Amino acid sequence: MFGYYLDLALRSLRRHKVLSALMMLAIGLGIGASVTMLAVLHNLSGNPLPGRSNVLFHPQVDPRPADLPGAKEEPPDDLTYLDAVNLYRLGVAPRGAVMSANWLPVRKDAPDSPLAMYTDRATTADFFAMFGVPFLYGSAWSAQDDANHAQVVVLSQAMNQKLFGGADSVGKTLVIATKTFRVAGVVADWNPQPHFYDLNSGAFGKAEQMYLPFFTWLDLPQDYGYGPMNCWGNDPNAGTHDPKAKQCTWAQFWVQLDTPAQVADYRAALVQYSRQQHQLGRFQREPDVRLRNLLDWLDYKHVIPVTVRMQTWIAFGVLLICLVNTVGLMVAKFLRKSGEIGVRRALGASRRDVFAQCLMEAGVVGVAGGVLGLPLAWLGLWMVRQQPVSFAASAHFDPSMLGTALSLSVLSALGAGLWPAWRASRVAPALQVKSL
Amino acid sequence: MELRPILATLRRHKVILWLLMLEIALSCAIICNGVFLVAQRLRHMDMPSGVAEHEVVQIQQASIAPLADRYARAQEDLAALRKIPGVQAAGMSNQVPFGGTSSNGNVMLSPTQPHRTLSTATYFGENLLPTLGLRLVAGRALRTDDYVDADVVLKSLADGSEKGFPMPTVISQALAERLWPRQSPLGKLIWLTPTASFRVVGMVATLARANAYDIATAQYSMIIPLHMGAAKDQSYLLRTRPQDRQRVLAAAAAALKRADPTRVITHMRTYDQIRSDYFRDDHAMAGMLVSVIMAVLLVTGLGIVGLASFWVAQRRRQIGIRRALGARRADILHYFQTENFLIVTFGIGLGMVLAYAINLFLMLHYELPRLPGIYFPVGALALWGIGQLAVLGPALRAAAVPPVVATRSV
Repeated sequence: MFGYYLDLALRSLRRHKVLSALMMLAIGLGIGASVTMLAVLHNLSGNPLPGRSNVLFHPQVDPRPADLPGAKEEPPDDLTYLDAVNLYRLGVAPRGAVMSANWLPVRKDAPDSPLAMYTDRATTADFFAMFGVPFLYGSAWSAQDDANHAQVVVLSQAMNQKLFGGADSVGKTLVIATKTFRVAGVVADWNPQPHFYDLNSGAFGKAEQMYLPFFTWLDLPQDYGYGPMNCWGNDPNAGTHDPKAKQCTWAQFWVQLDTPAQVADYRAALVQYSRQQHQLGRFQREPDVRLRNLLDWLDYKHVIPVTVRMQTWIAFGVLLICLVNTVGLMVAKFLRKSGEIGVRRALGASRRDVFAQCLMEAGVVGVAGGVLGLPLAWLGLWMVRQQPVSFAASAHFDPSMLGTALSLSVLSALGAGLWPAWRASRVAPALQVKSL
Repeated sequence: MELRPILATLRRHKVILWLLMLEIALSCAIICNGVFLVAQRLRHMDMPSGVAEHEVVQIQQASIAPLADRYARAQEDLAALRKIPGVQAAGMSNQVPFGGTSSNGNVMLSPTQPHRTLSTATYFGENLLPTLGLRLVAGRALRTDDYVDADVVLKSLADGSEKGFPMPTVISQALAERLWPRQSPLGKLIWLTPTASFRVVGMVATLARANAYDIATAQYSMIIPLHMGAAKDQSYLLRTRPQDRQRVLAAAAAALKRADPTRVITHMRTYDQIRSDYFRDDHAMAGMLVSVIMAVLLVTGLGIVGLASFWVAQRRRQIGIRRALGARRADILHYFQTENFLIVTFGIGLGMVLAYAINLFLMLHYELPRLPGIYFPVGALALWGIGQLAVLGPALRAAAVPPVVATRSV
């Protein structure tokens, strides 16, 4: 009977072209808008490092003074220089990386080469292994390089392309902030969205163009700051960007903890560290530590922009209007066919048969509307990409969205068609046949 | 036009009536809130900066290493920039209105006040009034002999001494009105820390903050006479004629590089670019909302077209009878138009309630202000308009039904 119903549905759609076209257009528009926002939401709320996110943790301690007017409940997101170095040297976690970011002037190691600014992330050797950063050429530097303040650099693929034409540049030299650095490796295209490891300058956007060892970076004679700093209290050194300032937090710190036992141990170690600092007179507050997992950290920081959530609600509002529209048009269509339904019923079709056939028609309209909605969704995503927002690059069409679009369209069309189909199945055959 | 026959007919087709009303109510709610959000964004984008926007350019540089004497370097740079032909005024600042990166301070009206009165933008810069084109409305501008090097002031603050304070300051009119309503601010004192006091010597009409989140506090600014010296966070600002801006920017970059070939020019933009960059999110959001409103109106219009056509086809017999009894084409046309008007009115009534409910939801979750009463008529007018436009086609088709239809039984 499925084939027969399908045939009837297609004929009926062809008979009432205008009405069917209006229904499909309405559903298509609603689906286009909703799928656009669903795709954006899906891309923004995804796990940036699937497979590794469960072992990555973000420790926080609270070095702030006891009475700080207007202070937030939660400890600061970043660490002061002293805390970052102490926790890095604590050694309880199997892997840990300190990091921050700024930009530096770079030129090739040849006379008269032009100077240009490149964004960089200063970090320690474990960063690459912890986050699974893939390498195109060479490899990361070693922990020994960190300790020796070695002048090595790891380039991004784009920077390697710009400076060395994409060739294997391991071993070549660059001049960064007047110091000569040796290229140790080139990373392949790696840009997790959101870049969870440092949310200070927005959660989405491009990754840094090069990576330097943290302690080497601190030594550089440069005037470009040490990343966004949050300072408290009456700051006598306001504006001088002293990285070792006691009242400024700016460094990010991530650890890898493989088992729940390690997580518990590390949390205890953080509390112990806070207590020790309290005894030394540095920390004024009671131990207030946090050890958030990567996904909890993203939740806490509300990485999905408010505008995206609002736009998603608006898109669903448009879909709702389109569906109400469709319900009305379907009622109209099925009531027009009262005569035909009456004949079918008189010939022996049960109410359930009529209901099933009307639902089939609704389903066909849903499929057609969904197919129509796909190019509209693609257009919608293109419009989102044109917007000057940081997550514009994340608004791309996922193949999984195809399935979502079609199933959303068919389900909503079936939902919209339920009540009209029920109304149609209740048509009294005798009345209809009499007036023919 | 008798309304009772129309109402009687509508009572018999309750289903489609309710569907139409629901659709119109949803559209009305979305359109009212949508237009309100667009108007909000436009108001935000309209904030005055106080700057002569088409005449100012900004250039920022950074040295490779910290400088030995950054104050001398700043004065050399300014002197070199003033020599460029076309430059009418040159100055320096740590921030620009709507520049994005801001520097703020907490204002207190007495040194022992425990909590701040408000937060204000603290502009550290020289020659700001002529360079930005700010309008002085009271008192005087800051003079060269008012200026002190930043290091000296920071040392005083670190020592906790009051040496060098109170410093003169020029504040914006909005700040003066807020701190001392209806009084002259000249001569009054404000404190940024328990020892750092500032005496108001002048007032400018408008000077917006670098990050103006809230329209109410967007104009609280004060200018403090501090030499900050050449640094990566300080901008050089130049005033010139609109047609000379690109040439002056290029010449400024060249002049700065000539003074120190190892420095890097980090930003060079016109003030117009700064402003459009700051408001581009608002711009994008407004554009998106307008397209959503258009889409909603289109879908509603199409829905009304579809349902009205169906209704006309359903009632061909009745229309034929009416025509046979003597109704003119115009009467039939007006009948359907009035019927549509009534349905849309009922829908709008429901829609106002829905719009208010949606606005409450937005207020609770997205911190938006309450929908002012003036926006309800906007949604109503839009839907009346689209309703009449949509029903025109089917109504004309109804008016074309010949009276002879009444005599047929099919």
